[in-house]
Amino acid sequence: MSSAASDSSPAVRCRGLVKRYGDVVAVAGLDLDVYRGECFGMLGPNGAGKTTTVEIFEGLRTPDAGEVEVLGDRWRGDGLALRARLGIQLQETKFQDKLRVREVLELFRSFYPSGLTVAEALALVGLQEKAGSYVRPLSGGQKQRLSLACALVGNPELLFLDEPTTGLDPQSRRQSWDIVEGLKARGRTVLLTTHYMEEAARLCDRVAVVDHGKVIALGTPRALIASLGAEHVVEFAAEAAAVPAAERLAALPSVERVTREGGSWRLTVREVHRAVPALLAALAERGAEPTHLTTHHATLEDVFMSLTGRSLRDA
Amino acid sequence: MPERGGGGRVRSPLVELTLARTRELIREPEAVFWVFVFPILLTAILGLAFRSRPPEALPIAVVEGPRAAERLGALAAQAELAPATMPEADARQALARGRVVLVVSTDDPPVYAYDPTQPESRAARLAVDAALQRAAGRADAFTPGRAEVTQPGARYVDFLVPGLLGMNIMGTGMWGIGFSLVVARNGNLLKRLVAAPARRSHLLAAQLVARLLFLAPEAGALLVFAHFALDVPLRGSVLLLTGVSLLGALAFAGLGLLTAARPRTIEGVSGLMNLVMVPMWIFSGIFFSTERFPAAAQPFVQALPLTALNDALRKVMLEGAGLAPLMPELALLAAWGGISFAIALKVFRWQ
Repeated sequence: MSSAASDSSPAVRCRGLVKRYGDVVAVAGLDLDVYRGECFGMLGPNGAGKTTTVEIFEGLRTPDAGEVEVLGDRWRGDGLALRARLGIQLQETKFQDKLRVREVLELFRSFYPSGLTVAEALALVGLQEKAGSYVRPLSGGQKQRLSLACALVGNPELLFLDEPTTGLDPQSRRQSWDIVEGLKARGRTVLLTTHYMEEAARLCDRVAVVDHGKVIALGTPRALIASLGAEHVVEFAAEAAAVPAAERLAALPSVERVTREGGSWRLTVREVHRAVPALLAALAERGAEPTHLTTHHATLEDVFMSLTGRSLRDA
Repeated sequence: MPERGGGGRVRSPLVELTLARTRELIREPEAVFWVFVFPILLTAILGLAFRSRPPEALPIAVVEGPRAAERLGALAAQAELAPATMPEADARQALARGRVVLVVSTDDPPVYAYDPTQPESRAARLAVDAALQRAAGRADAFTPGRAEVTQPGARYVDFLVPGLLGMNIMGTGMWGIGFSLVVARNGNLLKRLVAAPARRSHLLAAQLVARLLFLAPEAGALLVFAHFALDVPLRGSVLLLTGVSLLGALAFAGLGLLTAARPRTIEGVSGLMNLVMVPMWIFSGIFFSTERFPAAAQPFVQALPLTALNDALRKVMLEGAGLAPLMPELALLAAWGGISFAIALKVFRWQ
């Protein structure tokens, strides 16, 4: 294929993707375009079909229906030529315990016709001082960085990161974010899946919110949040009998949307300083006051909640 | 970040995969013990337990009574008998417990109590009878000459070593390949390697190459120990013995691949491994000859790959056989290896 064709085509393009496991529909007609040079995120709860979708992109699963193009190419046979242009990090890989970090990277480097040196790959993820260590004693974060280095050692045009920070402690997570931001700064195309909205908001140029195997919202994190029509969220809890009906709450000044989860309510509001006094007054009218009240800037989590009525974590 | 094509020494994927497998194995002390040390230990222990000793005198009980002293004297004159007098009850008990192989009663003529299913008891009956008859006045018709022959190759340890070698080739082939593949599948490593992109053929070939690399020290250590420490003969050519071992190792590597082709867990593959190997431990003539099994079982016994490997190893080591007489065994091994490898490739689960 000519380089012009490959450069103008999207990094990933799929239409009408469907994958079933028995009666369970994991991917239900998913369309997606990932452009070159962007960091694209698939955000959704566990079981939303993110991993299945990414593994179809990676040529590790075959879809039941739909079309997939990766770097302008389709999966055929074992797809070695296409694979050589990709970097793939699976959700979890257990490398050989008794190999040294350097040896694992030498092994992975040998699969690619060209790429980085082992030292360069180690430097990218900040594991230089562990080059001679066995895999076994590495911490979870270090193993994850080794996994990332293995995905980078072939100097890929497109990098797939499936849940790159799941199960990591906050410090290791921040370290991983720094690495991915470094890759972004170098113009690398990255497709990552995550169920952490902070991760999607911080790293991704565009985010597809995925639920039940479908894209339910797509855009930049800022645009997705703006689509709520209000930038703040007020959460409160109070005795249910004392809380006015949802329509009354929605009619309070500056309130855009109301959702209720058990004994707690979430109001999406344009201006906190107008909404909160009105809310307190409405409660006081009925002789009640909130047992709990917080406000925060609206996040992708609130986008997901407003779309599905569930939170990313419990979904 | 440097451009594509950045330097550094890059080996071929097959070499890297084989290296990885080999490093994993030699860095696991347990593996080194089971592959190299254990077979030698087992050979040494069994060689010691079944070493050739000067023929031991057969323990005989003579029941206390009027003719006991006279009979004791006649039996004691025989070098191959070790008689002792004891009360009747003790004698019965000693026979029942195997401390003596025959009891001579006080009756006249005597009654010999013995277990005819025991070769030693039968031998004792002949020797005791001859001695007592001779003491009672029977004349020998002639005195035969004696020529005693004990030679290496006819001892139990000589029979045992080729069997242990075969067992070891089977065990390392199957466990070595089976475990590492299932661990790699279970930890998503196989999937990651295939995604990386490793060629599937390279992944499997590396297992076989690593297996053959290990065969040399493993079989070599056992054979050198057996030959120099236990005097086990090697009558055929070393080249042919190497060839038979290689083919055996490949056959069991194929079986190992097949056994590990599907299971996702160590427990799953362990069960399957035992299902495949236990029949061969029993039926394939490791510790005793396959001729002990009834004729009806022979087609099954002879079709087992380990039976073929053990027979071929014994023919080369003990009988000094050339290539021609080994052809049936070698063909059977090749068939087992080839067919299981082909099926393994078809059904292999990569993720």
